[in-house]
Amino acid sequence: MSKGRFGEYGGQYVPETVMNAVCELEAAYEKYKDDPQFKSELAALYRDYAGRPSLLYFAEKLTKELGGAKIYIKREDLNHTGSHKINNVLGQILLAKKMGKKRIIAETGAGQHGVATATACALFGMECCVYMGAVDAERQSLNVYRMELLGAKVVKVQSGTKTLKDAINEAMRDWASNIETTFYCIGSVMGPHPYPQMVRDFQKIISEEIRAQLMEKEGKLPDCVFACVGGGSNAMGAFYDFIKDESVRLVGAEAAGLGADTDQHAATLAKGTTGIFHGMKSVFLQDEYGQIAPVYSISAGLDYPGIGPEHANLRATGRAEYIPITDEEAVCAFELLSRTEGIIPAIESAHAVAAAVKMVPQMGKDKIVVINLSGRGDKDVYSIARYRGVSLSEE
Amino acid sequence: MNRIENKFAELKAAGKKALITFLTSGDPDIETTEKAVLEMFDKGADIIELGVPFSDPVAEGPVIQEASLRSLNGGTNLDKIFGAVENIRKATDKPLVLMMYINTVFRYGTAKFFEKCRLTGIDGIIIPDMPYEEKEEVSAEAKANGVLSISLVTPVSGDRIKMIAEESEGFLYCVSSTGVTGMRSGFTTDFGEFFGEVYKYAKVPCCVGFGISGPEQAKKMSSYCDGVIIGSAVVKLAAEHGKDFPKYAGEFVSAVRTALDE
Repeated sequence: MSKGRFGEYGGQYVPETVMNAVCELEAAYEKYKDDPQFKSELAALYRDYAGRPSLLYFAEKLTKELGGAKIYIKREDLNHTGSHKINNVLGQILLAKKMGKKRIIAETGAGQHGVATATACALFGMECCVYMGAVDAERQSLNVYRMELLGAKVVKVQSGTKTLKDAINEAMRDWASNIETTFYCIGSVMGPHPYPQMVRDFQKIISEEIRAQLMEKEGKLPDCVFACVGGGSNAMGAFYDFIKDESVRLVGAEAAGLGADTDQHAATLAKGTTGIFHGMKSVFLQDEYGQIAPVYSISAGLDYPGIGPEHANLRATGRAEYIPITDEEAVCAFELLSRTEGIIPAIESAHAVAAAVKMVPQMGKDKIVVINLSGRGDKDVYSIARYRGVSLSEE
Repeated sequence: MNRIENKFAELKAAGKKALITFLTSGDPDIETTEKAVLEMFDKGADIIELGVPFSDPVAEGPVIQEASLRSLNGGTNLDKIFGAVENIRKATDKPLVLMMYINTVFRYGTAKFFEKCRLTGIDGIIIPDMPYEEKEEVSAEAKANGVLSISLVTPVSGDRIKMIAEESEGFLYCVSSTGVTGMRSGFTTDFGEFFGEVYKYAKVPCCVGFGISGPEQAKKMSSYCDGVIIGSAVVKLAAEHGKDFPKYAGEFVSAVRTALDE
């Protein structure tokens, strides 16, 4: 069995042209991940630039509204650039700098990873090129402009379904063409080893902070942690430090679009099968011949036909559970959190809120749950208005 | 001996370079693919790579991406391609190779896939997204069915060339330059140095591919190694000529053959 396995999942299924770069990255990551200097530089960036630790907020009104377990919200939406993506990006760009790379490429779905990457590249003075599906660029035009303001070049990908998976395809082609100069900053816990492990390590600070903050506030661990999953980076970050604590239930919310039983969804774990794609063996939505299926979700950030290999393994071993959340459920949760707590969540994160809305009322009042609010929802206001049939003028 | 090994032995005895061509199966349709394969063999192709279209071909440039899409939209699938191979095998005994992405093999069922290769007459397989580290994904089943696993090396493989070259079967696919498939006007690779390294370790013939656009370039590149592989330039003819593709593919192969044999 090759390197970077989580059970049967993971591995390094990439063309030979990029294998040396993958090996070089692996060696660099192994060298720096426990290096005191690297760790202290990254900690300083987290503290002074990203605004960590992010708050753990007791959502008293939402708790009352749902009438079950006590709900805490991990405020990753308050990070600089508005999502958890900055945690991973600062780690990778710092690593790229140590490796002497000057050109950074990234893919983006909703644009949050693209914005975070463009931001870090501005900070570090690096050239940045972000691949974004043309459909996503259309529905997240604000983030396209934001990336351009930050000095990045945004390439609107016209191939395939013109969404996240096609952006990744195009980024991989760029990487193979410019392998000697370019660092590929992957935005989720996916791709060939070492990415799934490395991105998880840069995100695990979320669960480490939750543990410490909740111990301080409640003197105990949470009974359940909710997070949305597309590729699965915020969920891996929110779950990782609790995997060893069997009492903590881990729940991932997948995007079920118009319904997991329709042909318009992105509910990979509910409906997918094992396959090998984008550098990893994992679970994918695909047909009987292994052609990757077109997927749909109102959320551009969850609109991906696969999932990170560590999640596939957490599901296979039964350590985590994953439930499908429809567009309608997510939009209702988006509105509910906005009204009850004055917090407008990213539509991606609203899927995690919706999972809590479904499950929390059945949990006793003595229980404590944490919802990982991975991002803020400013970027989604237009598409929610559109979904509700409200027409907004930009003037 | 496998048909690929026989072919290289024959070429070596005759002092000739191998001409390997690629087409995307099912572009524009599977019947045209069958005709084009036979026509290219007739006009001097030594080995033909049948590309199996994949929805997300990350190693391909625009020409083969578009061909894959046309083929899939036309309803091509792996079973239909195996059907075409059966038909082709009724007319020729020349070597046939499948070039495809690992997910297509895995999803079909690795054991079932290689059995089907043996039964229909596929001699080798090239999987661009299965590097050396992951070759155990298919090696046992491929071996059990007598299908050769053809490996790729690139100008940026560096220290990896040794282990890859030593273990390739049939021939070694030497990628001319970094990047994806597609025609290039020129190369920046130092071929003398690259092939010097490759030939230090290779136990099978070495052929060069990626970016070779026509007879003149093929002739020049063939001087470094045992043969040339031409893909996108052939696939482009399918895009341009549709059902007349076999005729144009034959003429193209004929021109390259002549150049190589000069």
